[in-house]
Amino acid sequence: MIGATNALLAIDVGWGTTLALKTLIILMIVPLTALILGYVFLLKMMSHMQSRLGPMDPGGFHGWFQLVGDGIKFIQKEDIMPGEADRRVFALAPVVVVVSTFLVFVVIPAGPDLVVKNLDVGVFYALAVSSLSVIGVLMAGWASANKFSLIGALRAAAQLIAYELPLLLAVVGVVIQAGTMSLQGIVLAQHNGEIFGWSGIGFPFIITQFIGFGLFLVASQAELTQTPFDMPVAESELVAGYMVEYTGFRFLFFFIGEFGTAFAFAAIAATLFLGGWTLPGIDNIGVMRLLGPGVLFIKIMFVAFLMFWVRFTYPRLREDQLQSLAWKVLIPLGLLNILATATLKVAF
Amino acid sequence: MSTTDIPSVPVMPDIQIDPRALRHLADAAIGVELDTGDMILNLGPQHPATHGTLRIVVRLDGERVLAADPIIGYMHRGYEKLTEFRTYPQITTLINRIDWLSSFANEVPFIAGAEQLMGIEAPPRALYIRTILTELSRIATFLLFLGEMGLQVGALTPAFYGFRDREHILNLIEGATGGRFHPNFNRIGGIKEDLPWGWINETRTTMKTVFDACDVFEDLVAGNEIFEARTRSIGIIPPELGAAYGVSGSNLRASGVDWDLRRDGKQYLVYPDLDFKVWTHPDGDSFARYWVRLEETRESARMVLQMLEQMPSGPIMAKVPRIIKVPAGEVWVETENPLGQMGYYIVSKGATGPFRVKIRSASFSNVSILPWLLTGTFVADVVTILASLYFILGDIDR
Repeated sequence: MIGATNALLAIDVGWGTTLALKTLIILMIVPLTALILGYVFLLKMMSHMQSRLGPMDPGGFHGWFQLVGDGIKFIQKEDIMPGEADRRVFALAPVVVVVSTFLVFVVIPAGPDLVVKNLDVGVFYALAVSSLSVIGVLMAGWASANKFSLIGALRAAAQLIAYELPLLLAVVGVVIQAGTMSLQGIVLAQHNGEIFGWSGIGFPFIITQFIGFGLFLVASQAELTQTPFDMPVAESELVAGYMVEYTGFRFLFFFIGEFGTAFAFAAIAATLFLGGWTLPGIDNIGVMRLLGPGVLFIKIMFVAFLMFWVRFTYPRLREDQLQSLAWKVLIPLGLLNILATATLKVAF
Repeated sequence: MSTTDIPSVPVMPDIQIDPRALRHLADAAIGVELDTGDMILNLGPQHPATHGTLRIVVRLDGERVLAADPIIGYMHRGYEKLTEFRTYPQITTLINRIDWLSSFANEVPFIAGAEQLMGIEAPPRALYIRTILTELSRIATFLLFLGEMGLQVGALTPAFYGFRDREHILNLIEGATGGRFHPNFNRIGGIKEDLPWGWINETRTTMKTVFDACDVFEDLVAGNEIFEARTRSIGIIPPELGAAYGVSGSNLRASGVDWDLRRDGKQYLVYPDLDFKVWTHPDGDSFARYWVRLEETRESARMVLQMLEQMPSGPIMAKVPRIIKVPAGEVWVETENPLGQMGYYIVSKGATGPFRVKIRSASFSNVSILPWLLTGTFVADVVTILASLYFILGDIDR
């Protein structure tokens, strides 16, 4: 059985076919993951937590039709562009946001071979392209010719600058431990590692890098502009921040970008701290080719659950409180974590 | 190094330059202080933080508010004028819609004023039922506030809890009066009907739900670090200034002023029979206003339970002529409504309707402190302060 699947998965196809397949998968993955997160967390988990009845109703069982209905609604809506808007920039902004999400998925490994491009600087690349989205946000805010949008966009930019640093510092500890920046290499380092000679569960870096994991979650929450840090969209203050002038399909793009990026960050966290696509105790590559994506998906959903749980529970910080949290707490903590990791790495 | 070593600045070629471009050139020149203009931001009349159609024009320097100017009147419905063309029983329908969240509490002072002019005393059972329903509408209003405040600070979940828990109270009001929002239940000389069978027991159980809901809000909202960071020492109203602006109700009690018309005013309804505490908080900030309303919700639930124990039996209507004509005279009645001090000045010339009615609504005075209160805060705090003042647009504009 395993041999057969091995043979099946090892079919040699030309590079053109491979490239086409990879492109297709990447193009599919962002809307698909956005839908999954939107359905599981935004509609189902939020409805349960907030005792909302609306999203539980359409379509009969558990409101399965709600998301489809939402999609139809977005596509039906009129595409409005403000008269004062910078038309080309306005139209381009949602695309920039979504493209940055697409680019992150390029380096995330979902199996022994299932990775579009195993870059040597994978971690660096993933974090770099994920922050491209702020350019789209700034474009949207500026081009909308709306003061609320402008305030939202500038808040987003300030927030991103402040939280890019803790995000990177949180990851540096993992890179030091693994000795590589390639995401595939980090996954394998966790799988092949051992805790004081016991290799039962490998060595997921969350055991030593729990501070890094916490920092990463907090900082990625800020990068995603999710609730404790959602000032750029701040519904009660800025109505919808940089998205305020967007309707219909363009708004859907932002929506997909938001949830796709949430999935991407959860995937990075699962890969860096939870062992990625590997399962402890299974060394057979053939089996992991089959199970890998599923294992990674479950880990991603766990991380995403933590993110959305916080999102639905906490109030919003103020802009200055957010900055002082980043510069006075998270960054010193990240530096200390790196110092400790490096010291222990040399000591052992 | 002598000054001659510095390369000379190339002279601008003598060409015609658009004056608009010149402005940018001046900005770009080194050493020129960049002139950052103030931004005028129009919050409202369609803005989620203003609960309706309040419009606040704020002048911003970055995110800091330099000046705030509330503009009211988008919901003016002319109720004071309309009362001159209605009979007394018809007017309760209008004044139900002033503060639509606690409609029943609006009716009470007007009916009490008419009764005083006519010299009619409502029977004790009617007064008890009025008081219970007034306190229930207070609980309903405050439960919504406790959730909504969370929403304005950015937490979505408490808002839904607020609406959900208020639903229990609205069911009770509907059970007794037939109307969820606009009961129109008070009559001159009593109330329309007696309580339905089983209502008292149901109210007892619902009050337990209210206590539970208050505990949830205390944990989920008031006990949250971020909520405290957002509301503590934000929007402080000094007691003297608040009183000078006419701020009343929970907003003033949160500034440490121990003043409650239910206890300190001219006695009305059955409050003298009740044993209750007036909650105050020394801080006067947004958090204090939240805390005071939280405690007052609990206190109101305790008062309802107390009244259910003491409820007398007997008639619910006094003897009233079929056609109500109020003798000539003037009367001022004020009550402690959920939003603050509410008063009616009724002038009667002996007709079936009043000659003139002046309505003193709480939110109008509460909002009047906004220009002073908002100056110097951040945009994010504007929303918190607006939410914590808790006004109803219908109560401002009438």
